[in-house]
Amino acid sequence: MVKSSPPSGFLIDRDDERCIRCQACARMCSNDVHAYDPEEDIIVSDNTKCVGCHFCEAICPTSALIVKHNPSQYRENFNWTSEAINDIKIQAGSGGVILTGMGCDKPYTVYWDHILLNASQVTNPSIDPLREPMELKTFIGRKPDRIEIDHSTEPKLATEISPQLELETPIMFSAMSYGSISYNTCLALARAASEFGTFWNTGEGGLHSDFYEYGPRTIVQVASGRFGVTREYLSAGAAIEIKIGQGAKPGIGGHLPGEKVTDPISETRMIPTGTDALSPAPHHDIYSIEDLRQLIYALKEATRYEKPVGVKIAAVHNVAPISSGIVRAGADFIAIDGTRGGTGAAPKVIRDNVGIPIEMAIAVVDSRLREEGIRNQASIIAAGGFRKSSDVIKAIALGADAVYIATSALVAMGCTVCQKCYTGKCNWGIATQDPYLTKRLNPEIATRRLKNLLRAWSLEIKEMIGGMGINAIESLRGNREQLRGTGLNEVELKMLGIKPVGEAW
Amino acid sequence: MKKIRIKERYCMGCRLCEIYCATQHSKSKDLVKAYRGEYPKPVPRILVEEKDYLSFAIQCRHCEDAPCISACMTGAMYRDSTSGAVLCDDDKCVGCWMCIMVCPFGVINRGQEKKAISKCDLCLGEEEPACVKYCPNEALVLEEE
Repeated sequence: MVKSSPPSGFLIDRDDERCIRCQACARMCSNDVHAYDPEEDIIVSDNTKCVGCHFCEAICPTSALIVKHNPSQYRENFNWTSEAINDIKIQAGSGGVILTGMGCDKPYTVYWDHILLNASQVTNPSIDPLREPMELKTFIGRKPDRIEIDHSTEPKLATEISPQLELETPIMFSAMSYGSISYNTCLALARAASEFGTFWNTGEGGLHSDFYEYGPRTIVQVASGRFGVTREYLSAGAAIEIKIGQGAKPGIGGHLPGEKVTDPISETRMIPTGTDALSPAPHHDIYSIEDLRQLIYALKEATRYEKPVGVKIAAVHNVAPISSGIVRAGADFIAIDGTRGGTGAAPKVIRDNVGIPIEMAIAVVDSRLREEGIRNQASIIAAGGFRKSSDVIKAIALGADAVYIATSALVAMGCTVCQKCYTGKCNWGIATQDPYLTKRLNPEIATRRLKNLLRAWSLEIKEMIGGMGINAIESLRGNREQLRGTGLNEVELKMLGIKPVGEAW
Repeated sequence: MKKIRIKERYCMGCRLCEIYCATQHSKSKDLVKAYRGEYPKPVPRILVEEKDYLSFAIQCRHCEDAPCISACMTGAMYRDSTSGAVLCDDDKCVGCWMCIMVCPFGVINRGQEKKAISKCDLCLGEEEPACVKYCPNEALVLEEE
């Protein structure tokens, strides 16, 4: 038989009238798509190698290149889609699991796009954030059941407040490990979080010794592989996050290919250079809520109860009761990662078929914790596919305290979501450890752009809540009356706990 | 004086600085026309040096104690009194190439047409040098020394 492999997904369209043969594309492409032929004085592009990252397009000085979808089609078939056919061809050749990167790209309902926000008209004044103070400050951590004030002398707070993270905006950078992303990318995230007044998260890869200075703005993760977990590491962070699961691959552990485990990464993770860094699917010391409680308190004990300890889980069908258990186990915050959350590497079949969208998870967890009267005991951090400030504000109105962004942060640094993070050949210098590629990400530019993104979203959030007549993000939290659903069925509206468009308060 | 600082750890070796430099010093100052229509082809006054993954772009350092000025027998090479840049007066240059011989950085080249040399002029008159302006990764920056 003729061994057939899937056709290239992309075509390179080169405008020969504009191509000046500068060969920047040929020099820059890590997938060796472009090559200069000196005999013919032409640049030839091998479409089959193109991953569609658009780096050549960005670098071409004369805009002579367009990367576009390959129009080659199989006979149209809604069951046998091109993707289904191509995946079979790949697996018939490799005999293995298909790997991919980033989050689920399947057209499951994006509830954010079916939720509309409210605004004030006549009966309640809207607020102009450019003229009046507007508060986005958010605190993550356990809140007391009630507050007692000592009036014996000067009035002062008698209740002891648990440790809190103080955020200038309800947006943090989600967990991405040093190893899955480059040193410069981590540095940019750490600097931007520190300078803006929010937090970044180490992911499960430990904390490089250079990044300890950003410790007060770092959430350190303890995952099933325990990579890089030391006393110094736990003490360095502002908060500790126990990672149980991740939205892109609920139920399975992490996999950092050996090629990405360079010397500094081996040192940070405390594993041999060049070996695959495999974190187990479960924590082998956590098989129940009681076990989780032991780890939470072991970590609290190890850090003298000075910092919040939270738990990150993937949004799965039982997310509400599990969250209730996590809060009762003593977590100060729960991070929930929806099915559209990204990853450096995951089996495609899991990324695309496991978990639930973050919108539903926020709604059901917030409702459940309220019903049980324990909502104040832990903050909810939502993660998984936040694309814009309106997604953030809707998440907060559904009940989240803050959100984690990661893919959006990478896009701000150049990423075009080509989903090839697992190859280690990221042309943008993000998901790679190749020294030829990592220097393409100048952390000074990246820090500036991340701060710009946080600033822009914060301004937009202020505009939107001002329009609702609200002057503090705290007053929007769980305020689902500000949301209305469109194009959703009754069950979905009920699960989200929102009214349909048109229905008044 | 303002000089171009090289941040070699961010130079990705794309060589766009060379392309924009050549275009800036071409007749048309247009990328496509300069490369596809002009003869002789424009030559950059900046050069990217590469070894393995290390690369950096280098152009005239505009030395305080410039050996090219002392070596120039016709007085064509001079220091611009306002900017402090080391420049060459093409009308005086006879193409003896002594400056090329003495330059410790190897950043002076033979000119294309006339019997004169070609070197970085800091794009005086422009807002900032073309190499600095167009470096996609800000590996070249114009800074007060």
